[in-house]
Amino acid sequence: MEIIFKKSVQDRKGVSLPALDVPTMISVEKKYGRTRDADLCELSELDVVRHFTALSRCNFGVDTNFYPLGSCTMKYNPKVCEKIAQLEGFCSLHPLLPQLRRGGMLTQGALAVLYELERVLCEISGMDAFTLQPMAGAHGELTGMMLVAAYHRDRGNVRTEVLIPDEAHGTNPSSAAIAGYRVRSVPTNRETGVIDLAVLETMIGPQTAAIMMTNPNTLGIFNSQIGKIAECAHRHDALLYYDGANLNAVVGKFRPGDADFDVVHINLHKTFGTPHGGGGPGAGPVGVKKKLEEFLPISRIVKRPDNTYSLNYGYPKSIGYIAPFYGNFGVCLKAYAYILLLGHDGLAEVSDNAVLNANYVMARLKRSFDVPFDRTCMHECVISAARQAKNGVNALDIAKRLIDLGFHPPTVYFPLIVKEALMIEPTETESKETLDAFVAAMEAIAVEARENPSLLHDSPVSTPVGRLDEVKAARDMDFAFA
Amino acid sequence: MAIVPTPADRKYTTTHEWVKVDAGLAIVGISYHAQKALGDITFIELPAIGKKVGKGESCSVIESVKAASDIYAPVSGDIAETNTLLDAKPEEINKDPYGSAWLFKITNFNGADLAGLMDGAAYDAFAESDK
Amino acid sequence: MSYVANTAAQREAMLATCGVPNLEVLFADIPRELKPRASRLPPGKSEQEVLAAMTALASQNYSHLTNFVGGGFYDHFIPAAVDAIAGRSEFYTAYTPYQPELSQGTLQAIYEYQSAMCRLTDMEVSNASLYDGGTALYEACQMAIRATQRPKIIVDGGVNPIYRQMLYCYTANLSIDFHEVPVSHGQSDRERVFDALDSTTAAVVLQNPNFFGVIDDHTDIAQRCHAMGILAIQSVYPIALALLKSPGETGIDIATGEGQSLGLPLSFGGPYLGFMATSKNLVRKMPGRLVGRTVDNRGRQGFVLTLQAREQHIRREKAMSNICTNEALCALRAHAYLSLMGKQGLKEVASLCLNKAHYAKERLKAIPEVKVMESSPTFNEFTVRLPIDAAEAAGKMIELGIAPGFPLGRYYPDMDNYLLVAVTEKRTKYEIGAFAETLEHVLTTG
Repeated sequence: MEIIFKKSVQDRKGVSLPALDVPTMISVEKKYGRTRDADLCELSELDVVRHFTALSRCNFGVDTNFYPLGSCTMKYNPKVCEKIAQLEGFCSLHPLLPQLRRGGMLTQGALAVLYELERVLCEISGMDAFTLQPMAGAHGELTGMMLVAAYHRDRGNVRTEVLIPDEAHGTNPSSAAIAGYRVRSVPTNRETGVIDLAVLETMIGPQTAAIMMTNPNTLGIFNSQIGKIAECAHRHDALLYYDGANLNAVVGKFRPGDADFDVVHINLHKTFGTPHGGGGPGAGPVGVKKKLEEFLPISRIVKRPDNTYSLNYGYPKSIGYIAPFYGNFGVCLKAYAYILLLGHDGLAEVSDNAVLNANYVMARLKRSFDVPFDRTCMHECVISAARQAKNGVNALDIAKRLIDLGFHPPTVYFPLIVKEALMIEPTETESKETLDAFVAAMEAIAVEARENPSLLHDSPVSTPVGRLDEVKAARDMDFAFA
Repeated sequence: MAIVPTPADRKYTTTHEWVKVDAGLAIVGISYHAQKALGDITFIELPAIGKKVGKGESCSVIESVKAASDIYAPVSGDIAETNTLLDAKPEEINKDPYGSAWLFKITNFNGADLAGLMDGAAYDAFAESDK
Repeated sequence: MSYVANTAAQREAMLATCGVPNLEVLFADIPRELKPRASRLPPGKSEQEVLAAMTALASQNYSHLTNFVGGGFYDHFIPAAVDAIAGRSEFYTAYTPYQPELSQGTLQAIYEYQSAMCRLTDMEVSNASLYDGGTALYEACQMAIRATQRPKIIVDGGVNPIYRQMLYCYTANLSIDFHEVPVSHGQSDRERVFDALDSTTAAVVLQNPNFFGVIDDHTDIAQRCHAMGILAIQSVYPIALALLKSPGETGIDIATGEGQSLGLPLSFGGPYLGFMATSKNLVRKMPGRLVGRTVDNRGRQGFVLTLQAREQHIRREKAMSNICTNEALCALRAHAYLSLMGKQGLKEVASLCLNKAHYAKERLKAIPEVKVMESSPTFNEFTVRLPIDAAEAAGKMIELGIAPGFPLGRYYPDMDNYLLVAVTEKRTKYEIGAFAETLEHVLTTG
């Protein structure tokens, strides 16, 4: 579609602004002013609305198509949560109000939401205290690593390394490195799909600050040795970090806090149903055990004996300010409403149905595709197109063909340790009918891969554009319309 | 595309660099096998002239669309020259990995570092097994 | 309400297909001793009940105060079309556009957002967004350190104190040497900034307008930096950029800022929008996602995420930043806002802010007890000195329905009597008058 700037017509307007109602008429002193106007577009409101509406129709979303993108948890996002985040009393609230004298009293409703969300996240995860400030999962990881560093510094420990399984999301090693740690990769056992305690024992030592784990891991497998891993970490005074990216698989069935994890982050935009927004905003609250609570970022929200809420900054060992205010409040609101809607009974249904749906898809796809770990899975299953690759059809071709059949493809080529990986996460909100239709499409593709590989190589053909030249994009570096 | 034969006039590392001594300089590039595994190369970050490198030390990064790979110095020494042609045309690495698309030259290098490296035939066998 | 579609009968059929007798078997890997006790969470509630409960909480907040509080976060008008556009669920229920063929809507919108931000800042390349203005500034410092391989950062005292706190928090475990230079007469102190520059300096961090609302021309500082191989970083207020000298015109290397003013509600601190723009020669050191324009296999224009080798999902521990989820929907709002405002509209908004703020200045100047700080020009925010503690005065004003500004004593211990007052296009002449009269009343009646 045409770039919006090409639709611009000189002197056309898209807004009406109030006339200046004060008797002042000044302009910026020339020395401080810009010499040339910013060349923004000139369009009518209808031009703009029609442009964006047309753009939106070039997108797949959860509301338009089945979106089994592994590791991303593309479940349905309840509409009432959107409505709640738009309530005037929440969305017009200035974040500096509580910093005025007795300002907390001006924002009791907002502080109540934040405080109560911290409490329910503690209950769900088995942790002792939470901060809602991290603005995404990776931001939570970085906050967690900073808490780990503060803990060791406080104890006089000199720790330089973080151990991370080789199947981990890329954010794990990146977050640890940015916090100042050297990253060592722990190999996954190719038979069991999880890391071995014995291998971990050979790598851990007085240099280890923490072990970062996702459980179930990115292969969709729960590591049942977790108790022993925690014991091993703590024997060396290393901390155990839980990447909650996959918490939706076990919510209501397992609490990382009960397995002696010291620090966790939770992706509210995954487990707790807030929309992904085409890449954000998210929220990545971090929970800790008592021994780490004093290091949490400030401000902290406290409930006073008279049941009012206030902000407290008096934590001398705190790592400080990781966000300008209290985190992505609008996202926290939606997650809190979602938890109220589901309750403990609804949350248990989340994991039950997410796991059942993934196992059902895997069971049905076994005939047509390779399954690298032939056992039950959690909320997502990893299959491999290795069989099809022998015929010149790889995972990417299958993904692109699925688009033509009306489905968002699974995650491809991740985890890195599986060849031709396709990682499928149906989520709990999808029905059996949808899963059956997806399986039928995948089976049809398996047949096409044998009989008509060129059909797959040429797909997709139903989308506004076909396969794009990514090499040209990287070499041309056209990042802005000139 | 025809497979380019592995030249016998140089040595190879297990990380797929080649090194060839010419006029007192160790010239370094990557193998045909390596560029093929990387796919279309879109960028190379070359080391600074004069930088001291140790054997096995990462001193350059090659990017393709979906990967970034470190290039390790096959021998220790000082970076004497880099191939500026590649700044504008990184795709040369795909076209002529053993010739015009050398990456950098090392001076004052340690000749003993060459001893442990593979010859062309040994590298071919290694690359085959590494697939 | 769990939003689960499958019925009990369907679940039975699916379990049979899986060859397992019941759901518990699928969770057999969770050790028995780790199965949680009964949850203390309440049972689920209906949509009607939850909406009522949340509406009641919303009504407890004083969102109706006449707002003169800014501090980097402003109460601007948001056209209804911005909400309508961002409310398209094809945008907000999509994931990061990793599959470009079915994400062209998101991708083209980001490319256009990048283009609009480049036009506003006069820079060559903008990323797809960062979390907020503070993390954007921190990322800019990290980027400068990577690009220059130097450890020292000079920070102007006019940079938002909230952002300065964040900078120091993020770098506590790293060996970065921060050097803060207080402002002089409200503007950057040239003499002391130049004195602080040396061969170990990676960057100078500036803000325009600065936290006190004061505008400046940092061209001389950028020039001095470049002569010494130092990068100039400037945090900017995008509405003000419609009128003020842009980072590009100033010779800035990395421009960052908070995009909240571009059509995002205040929403008690987030989600907001961190933006970053730079020159092409620094693009590979830049954090965050980036969309590029290319063609498809039939030669048609299309858009993809590009230069991904900088990012964590490819380069893992060697990535330029750990950012993954960003603020894409907020960037979409900003792009929609800028498209609706357009070239003239944004200038008009900025001019309304400027003039109303100056009218407020005049009105406050007329109060004998109030001293307006006027040593340097300001945009839509300015500082006044009161005869009493500003926090106390603000408290009294709030009881009368007006949030009069931000008391500076919180961040500047010697400025207890100073109030930072922001005026946007939303404030009317009547409200500004009421503000002045109420303040005079509070100051004179004690």
